[in-house]
Amino acid sequence: MKTKFITPIAAISVSLFAMSCGQQASTEKVVTGNAAEKAYVAPGEHDEFYAFMSGGYSGQITAYGLPSGRLLKEIPVFSMYPENGYGYSEETKPMFNTSYGHVPWDDSHHIELSQTDGEFDGRWLFVNGNNTPRIARVDLSTFETVEILEIPDVAGLHCAPFITENSEYLVSGTRFSVPIPQKDVPIETYKENFSGLINYVSVDPEHGHMELAFQIEMPGFNYDLARNGKGKSHGWSFLTTYNSEQAHSLLEVNASQKDKDLMAIINWKKAEEYLAEGKFTERETSYYHNLMDEETGIVSSKEMKKTKILNPADCPDMVYFIPVPKSPHGCDVDPTGEYIVGNGKLSADMSVYSYTKIMKAIEEKNFDGEIDGIPVINYEAGLHGILEKPGLGPLHTEFDGRGNAYTTFFISSEVVKWDVETKEILDRQPTFYSPGHLVIPGGETKKPDGKYLVAMNKITKDRYLPTGPELAHSAQLFDISGEKMELILDFPTKGEPHYAQAISADKVKPNAVKFYDIAQNKHPYATLGERKSRVEREGNEVHVYMTAIRSHLAPDNIEGVKVGDKVYFHLTNLEQDWDVPHGFAVQGATNAELLVMPGQTRTLLWEPNRVGVFAFYCTDFCSALHQEMSGYVRVSPKDSDVELKWGLNEALRNNQEAANKFYEKQKQEREGLASSNK
Amino acid sequence: MKKISLSIVIVSIVALAACGGGGTEKKETKKKEKTEEKAEKEVPQSIKEGKGVGAIDHVKLTEELDESMIQVGESIYDMKCASCHKLSDQRVVGPGFAGITNKRKPEWIMNMITNTDAMLEEDPAAQKLLEECLTRMPNQNVSVGDARQILEFFRKNDMETVGSKDGAIES
Repeated sequence: MKTKFITPIAAISVSLFAMSCGQQASTEKVVTGNAAEKAYVAPGEHDEFYAFMSGGYSGQITAYGLPSGRLLKEIPVFSMYPENGYGYSEETKPMFNTSYGHVPWDDSHHIELSQTDGEFDGRWLFVNGNNTPRIARVDLSTFETVEILEIPDVAGLHCAPFITENSEYLVSGTRFSVPIPQKDVPIETYKENFSGLINYVSVDPEHGHMELAFQIEMPGFNYDLARNGKGKSHGWSFLTTYNSEQAHSLLEVNASQKDKDLMAIINWKKAEEYLAEGKFTERETSYYHNLMDEETGIVSSKEMKKTKILNPADCPDMVYFIPVPKSPHGCDVDPTGEYIVGNGKLSADMSVYSYTKIMKAIEEKNFDGEIDGIPVINYEAGLHGILEKPGLGPLHTEFDGRGNAYTTFFISSEVVKWDVETKEILDRQPTFYSPGHLVIPGGETKKPDGKYLVAMNKITKDRYLPTGPELAHSAQLFDISGEKMELILDFPTKGEPHYAQAISADKVKPNAVKFYDIAQNKHPYATLGERKSRVEREGNEVHVYMTAIRSHLAPDNIEGVKVGDKVYFHLTNLEQDWDVPHGFAVQGATNAELLVMPGQTRTLLWEPNRVGVFAFYCTDFCSALHQEMSGYVRVSPKDSDVELKWGLNEALRNNQEAANKFYEKQKQEREGLASSNK
Repeated sequence: MKKISLSIVIVSIVALAACGGGGTEKKETKKKEKTEEKAEKEVPQSIKEGKGVGAIDHVKLTEELDESMIQVGESIYDMKCASCHKLSDQRVVGPGFAGITNKRKPEWIMNMITNTDAMLEEDPAAQKLLEECLTRMPNQNVSVGDARQILEFFRKNDMETVGSKDGAIES
């Protein structure tokens, strides 16, 4: 083929040119008669799978139903979300704490669902933040972000957070190597001063809590993507690298010089042994761990100051390299755990490695030298075989559990199906246009549900009605149950879905929380009953203990607030039924609204800066009398002597009398409940 | 104890009913069947007896009030009911509770609390209240056990507000 002689850049421009004209015709060709029927989910029926797509530069995650392509929910993760107050409410603000301060945005890339014995178990979802290196955990019973852990001393945590088969670890690697610890050095001293870290974050099996277990200090390459072994290869991690040239400028050209880059192969069980033996160095650093308390819904933030570093030179048999074709992207392990696919972005061929052969080569010390004390395994010795000229720009591969692999090709804009064992190409279908990752439900696990495949495309062009210069990224759904892949649906997505994982709905649906049990609400500012609603002043802080139920807020008339006060509206939703959130907005708030789920308490800070009477209201259409669900707060001048008063449907109560009554009553109740609980 | 085993059965029935709300499709077909059947369907015996519809068909009361039940009942009332129902006879969102045990049988009260949606669809007395109040009573997911404690609190409240209780049982 001629492509061999074209430079990669020329190849990209040729294909971009090709795609911008006349792709319409080929769409018509690939869509067959009953495509709509295959993607049809009748009104009121549920989809068979949940697909969780990362949002790329949106920082969030979206949940879609497959095969319908219905958008089910956007889950805010790394970006503040005024739509429900995430990151604006007092409870969730600390979720954004990092060693750099409050960082309200990130770039979310790779979704990893928790696994038990190499299969998705539907408990948690993990996703990385690229720019300010972080890993987040979403609880799949509530679809809420409940934890974010910063990863210290790395830069661009692209290569994350790849999970092991029993969710023991989330493995990640630095995209950019940097001086560690950070220091003021000329950039051109890259080779002397820069290095990269590979990080192992442990996951608590009961609660899912994350902890940075250890970091491995590696040569200053760019670590790109990873997968962990499964079955026979459990206990090993495989990470692709690029820029083994160690260039620091015009990487487009300078990091594409060598014919091959390297794949790092890590024996993490060995690393655990070294850790237990104390063969690590402890380094002073700073990173934040933000965790939501399950009973109060309040996020607490803790600065961590130490990290454990393992150095491969001191820890033999822990890390190896093997050459991999030019500038690899994906590095994917098949369901049996035997084959590892290296997708060399700029190579015409794809290398498939054999775990058994790699182990044999290690045993026989079949090495071609070493890099910084890390042995480099002989390329041919570890190779299962080469998939010759499958397409241009292979990016990512997943599996159907029937012995087939599916790879996206960015430059030639297609998905290719091939046989892992025989390395024979079985089918190819165009995508529109330039796919990055693809996803098959369970496609990275031991037991894929090989029914559908979604290609997530980077370029949309003419696929939908135009919406100005910026277009929603397109995704294409293929039915892969037959011999040939069949395009059955095309749908727009939010942000830049970088990678997705899809899971059988049966594993998630039964655990869905419908509302929070109000009797279990341990929020310190909860108002567990309307009779307890009240307003308290502490200096210039005013705390409003407010309740919401269809269709009123209590109290709904408040006086005695002054300019310069910090008013905290603590809103408790007293409802105990599914799908009855209440909202809260107050004029002049410079942050956002609150959306409060049934049984939950959320707090909005309001700092009135002018005198007057201001309205507040419920923002979530909750009932026929939703429009009536509102109230007023009176703001007086700073030096005013208007007394603090509040009420609902009655004369405004004065602070002292009601507060006394409240405390007395609460005390009695506590004693009463305590004795009845015995 | 008999009472305990009965309430466990009832609780599980309520739990089943709650699960059934998952699919709108199910709900729709249920509704359809109901309207079609309505014409020929007989009024359930329990409604004729003024007990409403639901899992509770018989509540045994003791003349003497149980203080510990009242305390728990009041705390649940505070948390889940007080927003809309006052303890006087004043109607706010829903009717006031003063004298309720003289107007409604204990079974009706507990069915209304634990089987709200079905009561609003089938029981004429509940429907009449909805017409008066115009706000559909929300399902507050009160267990049968908790509803019984609330009932005890209502009996005490009736003694304090109107001076008599349980007047609906004889009628």
